[in-house]
Amino acid sequence: MSTSKRGFVESLWEFFCSLKLSIVLLIGLALTSIIGTVVPQGNIPPEYLQTISEAKFKLYQSLSFFDMYHSWWFMLLLYLLTVNLVACSIKRLPRVWKMVSEPQLVMEDGLEKSLANTYEFKVSGDEAAQKEKLKGFLRAEMGEPVVTEKDGATHIFVQKNPWCRLGVYVVHLSIIVIFVGALIGSFFGYKAFVNIVEGTSVDTVFTQKEKPIKLDFAVMCENFSVSYYNTGAPKEFKSILTVLENGQPVKGYEKIPVIVNDPLTYKGITFYQSSYGQAGEGAAYHFNLRRRGGGEAVHLDLKKGEAATLPNGAKLEVLESTQDVRQFMPEFSGPAAKVSLTSPGKAPESFVVFKNHPEIEEQRGGDVFIQYLGADEKLYTGLQVAKDPGVWVVWSGCALMVIGIIMAFFMSHNRVWIRISGGRAVMGGTASKNPAAFEQKFESLVEKLKKL
Amino acid sequence: MNAILFYSTIAVYLLAMIAYLAYLAKPSESLGKNARRLITAGFIIHIVFTLDRYIEAGHTPITNMHESLSFFSMSVVGVFLFFERRFKILVLGSFVTPVAFLLLAISAIFPTALKPLNPALQSKWLLVHTVVAFFGYASFAVAAGAAAIYLIQENLLKKKRLGGIFQRLPSLNTLDEINYRCLTLGFPLLTVAIISGAIWAETAWGTYWSWDPKETWSLITWFIYAALLHGRLTTGWRGKKAAILSIIGFFVMLFTFLGVNLLMSGLHSYK
Repeated sequence: MSTSKRGFVESLWEFFCSLKLSIVLLIGLALTSIIGTVVPQGNIPPEYLQTISEAKFKLYQSLSFFDMYHSWWFMLLLYLLTVNLVACSIKRLPRVWKMVSEPQLVMEDGLEKSLANTYEFKVSGDEAAQKEKLKGFLRAEMGEPVVTEKDGATHIFVQKNPWCRLGVYVVHLSIIVIFVGALIGSFFGYKAFVNIVEGTSVDTVFTQKEKPIKLDFAVMCENFSVSYYNTGAPKEFKSILTVLENGQPVKGYEKIPVIVNDPLTYKGITFYQSSYGQAGEGAAYHFNLRRRGGGEAVHLDLKKGEAATLPNGAKLEVLESTQDVRQFMPEFSGPAAKVSLTSPGKAPESFVVFKNHPEIEEQRGGDVFIQYLGADEKLYTGLQVAKDPGVWVVWSGCALMVIGIIMAFFMSHNRVWIRISGGRAVMGGTASKNPAAFEQKFESLVEKLKKL
Repeated sequence: MNAILFYSTIAVYLLAMIAYLAYLAKPSESLGKNARRLITAGFIIHIVFTLDRYIEAGHTPITNMHESLSFFSMSVVGVFLFFERRFKILVLGSFVTPVAFLLLAISAIFPTALKPLNPALQSKWLLVHTVVAFFGYASFAVAAGAAAIYLIQENLLKKKRLGGIFQRLPSLNTLDEINYRCLTLGFPLLTVAIISGAIWAETAWGTYWSWDPKETWSLITWFIYAALLHGRLTTGWRGKKAAILSIIGFFVMLFTFLGVNLLMSGLHSYK
């Protein structure tokens, strides 16, 4: 019983230590990840049912394909990879650590035969002086040498970057750190959204599932604006935000411009420029109207959704409006409104009036000249709101990963020994990586040694 | 000016390709030297073109298909020249120059007009993220090139056709070594590209990872190359197996670069 139990534990341990498992898991993660790039993630059921049958929908739903990156089986793969990573590291680290902390100081015959690079040479004259000379040579070329006397032979050993052998384990650790950071974020953080109308403030944001989250401060949108390139493409979306505590602006957080790629963070909660729109209600449009060919101008204030009757009996209504028409008509700029004018006994006609381009209205003809003065309609800014206390853990993990990768891929543990006994010496060398480059280095060492 | 530089690059790459293919058919030292001179000259003109476009646009010129394909082509040549210098294998150029020429020719099909940057792309991370990503892609492309030659050589060896072309292509060991060295360059670059992308996403979209198709496919690519590198640690995955997997990895990478942009909608679809 106990042997079979130990046998089971042991084989379980061996299973988790195996590199084959790592490869299977990595390829498994790669293949399953494809699903979520083909099946749209996080839509509402009716949207899915428009494109797939109900049977398929139910099947996909039971397999969590609609939120697969958070499904139990995808998480299981990630946890298995973590366990595998830890087990592999625990199994192999002690041996590597020993190599780093207790270097092989002497080069015996067995080691010498296993080395790809060796060079034998004569040592003549005073042996003690020769040893000092060789020691000095290695010190100048590689670093501080260690001298060991063993069985009548002198071994001089020098190494470079022994700790780079730990690079792989630093990378493994970094992956675990990133996972921990992601878990902290998912347990203690949230992603939410909020719309703030210009001139108003909010203290509650909403998650994707419309769950309200109350903040212990408020955010006010002083102003929102969009600027455009000459082509009509948007150049910048900008909200001016002020943080309020108990209704009072917080010092240092007043009138902060927030644009895409430059968010505002207060008390660990970050606000990102994400969208915008017209607040709609309460907007009023201003016009000056006059008869063509003279007459006094009449001022008209028109509310959204209302039609005004003009002195000549015609009806005027605003269909849509914009603060900057350039995005729709790159050749024009400034505020514009699309209006519908219904003269008595005629079909309604609709056209655009521009604040900055009265000449267009001049060309239109017709009974009434409509001068558009602009609107005092308000915009709202749409902000993505995120709280993620794990993000710094994730960044530390990323930094660790870069360091580990530099150690593991771009540094090599180089070792060189010189053994001196009985008037003869052998130099041997090996590198943990890039044998071709080390061979060249070893050859240049030999050349320098010959000239010594 | 910019267009002249662009078409000059295409022309020089075409000449280099012809020279390299002629070298493959009938190797001679002078032909090899000239082929190398041509591709080096083309590379320099390509760099000047890219810098010129950078100055003209006022931002890193890797923001649409035309610019991306052109930069990809340039990185492939850059990585090739780097390894050619190290391993002294001219014949690799016979396989790399057609790819570089083709990429650049395809890039000419896409609209070349300079467009101002949309707000999401106005970030200092644009430069680091895209340049690192493309040099990573290029390393994987050269790795796949070496892997393809490996498979040809292996096939010739199996059929015992050891004359002509077999003699002109590098040895299996050298090809395996080049393949491995390219992977050990491409994988770190891909890692840095993903991390810099995560940092950028955090500042632009409020989350460092959102399983957007581009993010997911770059992670899939990362998983595959991570598996390949681990497979190489066990002796069984050298040579043929590694060659096949690095070619698969290359196609996955191509999908990450092109397929996601052209076929899937998401935050990265700059067509």
